[in-house]
Parts: sequence; C-alpha cells; structure tokens
Amino acid sequence: MAADGDRKPAKKLNLKENYALLTRGLGWEPSYQKKEDIFRTVDFEGVKIHDWDKWEDPFRLTMDAYWKYQGEKERKLYAIIDAFQQNNGQFNVTDVRYVQALKVFLNGIVGLEYASHRGFNILGRELPGVGPRIAAQMQAIDELRHATTQIHAISHYNRYFEGMAEFPHQFDRVWYLSIPKSFFEDAVASGPFEFIVAISFAFEYVLTNLAFMPWMSGAAFNGDMSTVSFGFSAQSDEARHMTLGIEVIKFLLEQDPANVPLVQKWIDKWFWRGYRLLALLATMMDYMLPKRVMSWSEAWTIYYEENGGALFSDLARYGIKPPKYADVTVKEKHRVSHEMWSVFYTVRDALGFPIWLPSKEEMDWFSEKYPETFDRYYRPRFEYWRELEDKGTPFRSSTLPKLCQVCQWPCLYTEPDDASEFVHRQGEYQGEIFHFCSDGCSDIFHDEPEKYVHAWMPVHQIYQGNCFKEGVDPSAADFNPMAAALDYMGIKPGVDGGSMRDHVDAQRWESWTARPANMHEGAITDAVRKTT
Amino acid sequence: MAVEIRTNGVKPVRNTFGHLARRFGDKPATRYQEIAYDVQPEVNLHYKPLWDPDGEIYDRRRTVVTMRDWYALKDPRQFYYGSYTTTRAKQQDALDRQLDFAEKRDLLRLLPDEVRESIVFALLPLRHYEWGANMSNCHVAAYGYGTAVTQAAIMVTTDRLGMAQHLSRIGLLLDGNTGESLSIGRSLWIDEPLWQGLRREVEALFVTRDWFEVLVAQNLAADGLVYPLFYQQFDQHVAARAGSALSSLTDYLLRWYEETAKWVDATIKTAAAENPENRERISQWFRNWRDRMAQALRPLSQSLLGDASEQALAAVLAQLDARAAKLGLTV
Amino acid sequence: MSRSAQPVFIALQANNDTLAIIDAIHEDNPNAQVNEYPAMVKIDCPGRLVIRRESIEERMGRSFDLREMQINLISLAGEVDESEDEFILEWKTA
Repeated sequence: MAADGDRKPAKKLNLKENYALLTRGLGWEPSYQKKEDIFRTVDFEGVKIHDWDKWEDPFRLTMDAYWKYQGEKERKLYAIIDAFQQNNGQFNVTDVRYVQALKVFLNGIVGLEYASHRGFNILGRELPGVGPRIAAQMQAIDELRHATTQIHAISHYNRYFEGMAEFPHQFDRVWYLSIPKSFFEDAVASGPFEFIVAISFAFEYVLTNLAFMPWMSGAAFNGDMSTVSFGFSAQSDEARHMTLGIEVIKFLLEQDPANVPLVQKWIDKWFWRGYRLLALLATMMDYMLPKRVMSWSEAWTIYYEENGGALFSDLARYGIKPPKYADVTVKEKHRVSHEMWSVFYTVRDALGFPIWLPSKEEMDWFSEKYPETFDRYYRPRFEYWRELEDKGTPFRSSTLPKLCQVCQWPCLYTEPDDASEFVHRQGEYQGEIFHFCSDGCSDIFHDEPEKYVHAWMPVHQIYQGNCFKEGVDPSAADFNPMAAALDYMGIKPGVDGGSMRDHVDAQRWESWTARPANMHEGAITDAVRKTT
Repeated sequence: MAVEIRTNGVKPVRNTFGHLARRFGDKPATRYQEIAYDVQPEVNLHYKPLWDPDGEIYDRRRTVVTMRDWYALKDPRQFYYGSYTTTRAKQQDALDRQLDFAEKRDLLRLLPDEVRESIVFALLPLRHYEWGANMSNCHVAAYGYGTAVTQAAIMVTTDRLGMAQHLSRIGLLLDGNTGESLSIGRSLWIDEPLWQGLRREVEALFVTRDWFEVLVAQNLAADGLVYPLFYQQFDQHVAARAGSALSSLTDYLLRWYEETAKWVDATIKTAAAENPENRERISQWFRNWRDRMAQALRPLSQSLLGDASEQALAAVLAQLDARAAKLGLTV
Repeated sequence: MSRSAQPVFIALQANNDTLAIIDAIHEDNPNAQVNEYPAMVKIDCPGRLVIRRESIEERMGRSFDLREMQINLISLAGEVDESEDEFILEWKTA
C-alpha cells in the first residue's frame, strides 16, 4: 500500500467499479473440502459452466442501494395500503364480482410467490458463482416481499368477504389450486438450472407482464388502489428479475454449445406449463373484472406475440427457436377464457368463490373482442344457461372433471383447429393410463414420466378416499364423498362457491354499499332498491 | 353521502385469517403474524425433488431437532420484509454519513502505516468470513422448516452480504479506492497460515447438512467469538493506539450483531426448551463448534493482540458461555 | 453489430414523480410512443430507448440518480445497460 508521503487523492468510483470492488472476489476455491461436496446439485442436469465469472449482473445492486430503494418502495406501498384500509376502500371497487378475483389471487398466487421464494433460497445456496448467487438471494427475498405484500394488500378484504380466511389451508388442498401449486413445485423439484430457466426466463421474462401489467391496470380501473399498488410495486422487482432471466439464458448459451438443446427443451416445457397456468389469469381478466382494460386475446397479442417475438428473434443467433406450441397459444387466445369460465360455471358448487353468467353488456363486449368465436360457440351456451337459471333449473355438474396429469386443469380444452372438439390425449406408463389436456402437456409427461406419476391429483385422491378429514367414516350410511372432500379442502358448501345471485358476499355488499352486487344487472336485494 | 354513512358503520365479519384466529384468537393480526405463520405449504406436495429424491420440498427431516410446532420459533424483532428493509435503509443512511465523514477527512488513510496494515490484516479477510456466513444462512433459508425461521434466515443472508460489502468499503477507505486492500485480504484468507484455521472451519460448515446445526454453529458459536474478538477487542486495541476512527465504522457491525443475536437467541432457546433431546443435541453442537472456532481463532488473536490475547479470548469465551447457558444449553 | 428494430418498452407508474421522466424519454427518443393506461404509462420504442439522467434533472430541477426509477418502474423489455448517465434498453442482433 502507498505510504503516507506519496498518497494520492482517493479515486472516484463509478457505479460499475464500485459494484465490482464490493463484490469482487468474495468467493474462493475451497481447499479443505471438495467443491462437489459443497455444491451438490449443479452437475446432475448436464449443464456445462466453464467460467462463473463471465456472469454479469446488469443492475449492479449493492445491499445498501437495495435497502434504500426497496425501503422507499415499501414506505410508499404501505402508506397506500393504510389509507385504503382507513377509508374502507374495499367498498369503493366497482362491484363485488371484482372481489372474487382477489380470492383467486390470495388463495392461488400468494402460494406461487412463496414457492418462488423457496426456490431462489435454494439457488442462493447452491449456485457456485458469486454473481448468480447474489442475484438469486436478492430475488429470494424479493419473492418473500411479494408473498408478504400480497397478503397485506388483500388482508383487509378478508375481514368483510368470504372465501379468503383459509388461504394457506386451501392452497394445500383445493382441487383447482393444485394447478398453481403443482406448477411451482414442479419447478422447485427440478435441478437449479431448470428452475432458473423455468422461472426467471420462461415464466417471468416471457409471461409475467401479462399478469402484472394489464391485470393490475384493470385493478386500478376497478377502484382497487391497494392491489394495484402492490402489483405495480412487485412488478418493479420483476423488472430486475426479468433482466436476470435474460442474463441467465445468455450466460448458459454462451458457456457451452451443449447447453443449447437443454435450454431449448426447458423453454419449450416451461413456456407451455406457464401458459397453461395463465389460463387462470385469462379467465380473471375477461370475466372477473367488471370494468375491463383489454381482453385476454389483446393482452396475448401485445405481451406474448409482439414482445415475445422481439425476444425470440434476439435469441435466434444462439440457435434458440420460439417455444414449441406457441402457435397453439395463438389459436387458443380466442377461446381459453370462455372455455375455462364455462368449466367454473358448471362446477361452481365445488369452488371457493361464486360464479355468474356474463351480462348482456359483457357478452356484447366479448362479441366485439372475440369476433371469430364468441357468437358462434359461447353466446348460445351462456344464453341457454341463463334460460335455465330463469326457469329455476340451473345447469350444474355434480361430478368433478378428469384432470390433466401435468397442468392439472380439467381436460376440457378444445382441439387447436376445432373449437367444437375436446382434446383428449392419453398415454401409458408402467401399465397405468394417464390423461392430458394437450399435446404440450403430453410431451412434458413423456419426457419425465417418473416425475409426473408423483403429482398429487386431487380428483383421483378424492375418489380414492384420501381427501377426508380425520375421523370421517366413509362407510356411514349418510356419507357423501363430495361433501366430505369439500370439507377437507376448507370449502363451505352454500357459503364459498355457488351462484353469485345467492351469495352472501352479494347480499352483504348491497346492504353495506347500497350499490348492486353486479353493476350490469341491477340489485338483487331490497337494500339497494330502497335507497336508489 | 348515504354510502359513506352506511359503510362507516359496517362491522367486519371476522378480524383475521382462520389460521391466525386459531393461534391468537379472532382479533386483528399484526403484519408480522400475517406472513410468519402457516404460509409455507405442509401437505399434498407434488413430485420428488430431483435434488433429494427421498425427501420433499419442505421436509421436517432435514434437521434432527424436532418441534411440535415449528412456528414456535418466532422472531422477537418481528421483522417482515417491509419493516426489515425500512430498518436497514435507516441504519444505512446513518452509516453513509459516517462513511462520508471518514472519506472526506481521510480518517483511515491518515492512520500510521502499521495501524493501517494491521487493520487490513485483521478485517479484510473477514469479508470472506461474511460471505461464508451468507452461504450458511442461505442454507438455513433453503432447507429450514416454517416461514418464521426461514424468512429470518434469508434476511440474515442478505445482511451478511451487506456486512461483506461494508468491510469492503472500509478497505476502500484504507487504500483510497484502489481495491489493493481487498486483494491483500483475499490472499490472506486463502494463503496466510494464521487465517487458515478459520477458513477451514467455514468450509467445514459448507458441508454440514443439518440446517439447525448450521444455524447454531454459524450464528451462535462462530459469530459469538468472531464479532466480539474483532469488533470489540481488536477495535479497542486499535483505538488505544490510534483513536476511534475505526470504531466509528465497526460500530455498525456490532449493533447489527446485537440486534441479530436477539433472533438467534430466541430461536435456539425455544428449540432447546422443546425437549431434552433437542437440548442435548444443540448443546453438543454448540460445544463442538465453539471449541473448533476458538482453536482456529487463537493464533490470529495472538498475532493481533499480543500479550493481551489470552485474556481477551478468555473474556470472549466466558461471555459466549454465559450467553449459551442463559439459552438453556450445557456448556 | 447492427441495430434491431424490434420493440423495447418501459412502463412506469403514472404519478407526479414520473411526469419529468416520461417527458424526458419522449424528448430524447423521437420514435417512442407513449401509451396511457389506468395508473400506468407504457412507452414503446423500436430497437432502442435511452433514458438520460441530465434530461430528467433539467425537468426536475434537482439531481437525480437513475436508480431512483426503480421506485416507480413497473416493467420493461429489452436488454438493460445502466450507467450513471444513461439507462439503455435495446435488442442487440449479431
């Protein structure tokens, strides 16, 4: 070091230099233990990494800056949540149908953020390079933030509405919540490189803008400042994560050509898996926002076809192709939300939130947004169901549908080129038959059947008698397996699911706000009529 | 307006989530409680992890410690993400002023050469100790059970990265932003015989799989010796010779250590009190790692503190044993 | 390295803090298209979008650290290159 006499003034450091110095060389080659005993999971997937130092963290966040900016974001967010709660903002949303979407969010999506948090904890421990480990750790704690702020933003609603009070219990048990749960557990159960390609790239980079931009903008449009503030604040972390996602892909592809086919396989798998998960969101966007910003079809065009197109044309130089079956998603964009809402309608008694038929006004909007499909396939169906409701003999299904072994949606999607024909794919593994909703899911299964046979399939479990509370006697004379299974899941029949017209949320909403539970259909109780 | 009059009088249907009402009664829950309890999945897990085919993603068997309720391990600081980041942001703000003050006045560069060299020798290799502690706490966050303990662990993980970066800044203040002191610190950590005992133990922690053992070894046994030895004993040694310039920058580390010790102590005390097997096992871990760490630190301490070393080390050990005894461990 | 014309975008919360940022982006990127949504502004631009610290500072009348954008950022697309002076989003093609 320089002696006192010839001391030069301290050098001024820029952002990049400062980051490099503060993190440079923190790691070292171990010599008292074998590297493979310390990092035990980086080799089994067959990914080849020659130089971890080639990793570049594009945001160069040191912890002091992280705390500073994240702390500032949190202060802003909680100021809004506090104000929202103090002003009973839950009564200022468009109508109580909007609140039902929040139930899907709290019961289905908080668990995803949590699983993501856990997955990045594991990567933060297991990746050998300093740069990627820091990036994983920051994302790990960010994902914890998202689970936390989601609960805090929605917690106030739980005090006034049904169906949210048991969200962790339901995430572990409810039949349709195994769609999101199995998605993320599939990723966390994978090796570290598959996880990071699946989540950072295929899910976050390619797909999450759909969840957080048009949907959250829709939340704002419907008057929910609490959720939109959480959503936008979370997405600003995602902007960092997405940048990590593309860095990961380039790093893997540049390290060794042998990584290219592995990465392509994972992109194909996780694009499809993520796309199927987003069918839940498609349904929320088109059917559960009383005031709409854009249709699912429009969102898919902008955020996948245009932005995704830009991304994949950029990656072409590495030999990466757009995901397999991307063409199917473009065909399905005209149908997916309508098909899934129809499924929800028919099984509404087994759901944790009530369902309604689209109003005349909403159907006209669908006709305009979905000119190729809505009037032809879905309008007649909804009008017929409306007729049955009016006659007092509403259509309902008393059995749960068969689930896809991979995505766990009911096998009720239609053929890519024929919207009137249900897809049915099946395959055999070790003498057992498995069912799939699509070629995409079938391919995923057949690549790793030994993994997917261990999926926890709720409908199978119910029929096998595994979804009952302790002490329930299935041999009792009055035993009702469906009622017992719903009880196990934490769904209260007659309270949680069913029809919106008869739902307690709707009745309370009208007595509390003096506004109709469904802004398009007029009041269902006297509470509104008396005051308006 | 009619609407406002009505909604102001509306009483909530329930005060909190079902799982929190069952634990604490139907009253409004704190933001800490809303994330710390029962959010981690417990049953009906899908798939066998490829990285642990005999286990599950969330698996109680990754430690031999047993708890009837893993959520008994609550964080006395009640940190949730928002309170954690805003607390750290505020502390960092105060620290930035200290760093700024030291930089503008060249406080560390004006120290006599031999003092600066001894600070580089003593503190810069600790960047790597912090990076090791980061990895150990991330192990707890990755394989622990129950959000109460794992969320605190990921916060400590990022804290330890912050501490490594803070020590790097002290280095840059010493070397005038050339990074030379960081390179010296790194060579010491890798090659200097006096530092090899500590590096050996840090690496031994990297291959320790039981996450509760890692928590005890790193956060109680190792930190319980390293922090007081370097940031109190060595710091006082420097202050006696060259004034308190260094102390104004190490104070941050000590305050952090004291705050985090509240979580470490509560976690270990509760687990040890759960049953005699836990108490016995945790005590064994503690004694084993304390002895190994003490042995690793002895030559370093002698080199840094000279004649005062034995007394300093004895004081630090006595302090740690008293703390462990208060947690119910047999020392 | 030739420039791609594929769209990049940045989306910011619509609030007082971002008025100056959006204005600066608009001025510095003649091809940028500003789309307003509820609570959100999305700025699309073919190929490359540059956000300059100085332009923002001129409009804000104070010094501005580009990392402050994090607070009001919603999302982005394109590869990021960040320095003290510029935050660049672009698609690179070989």
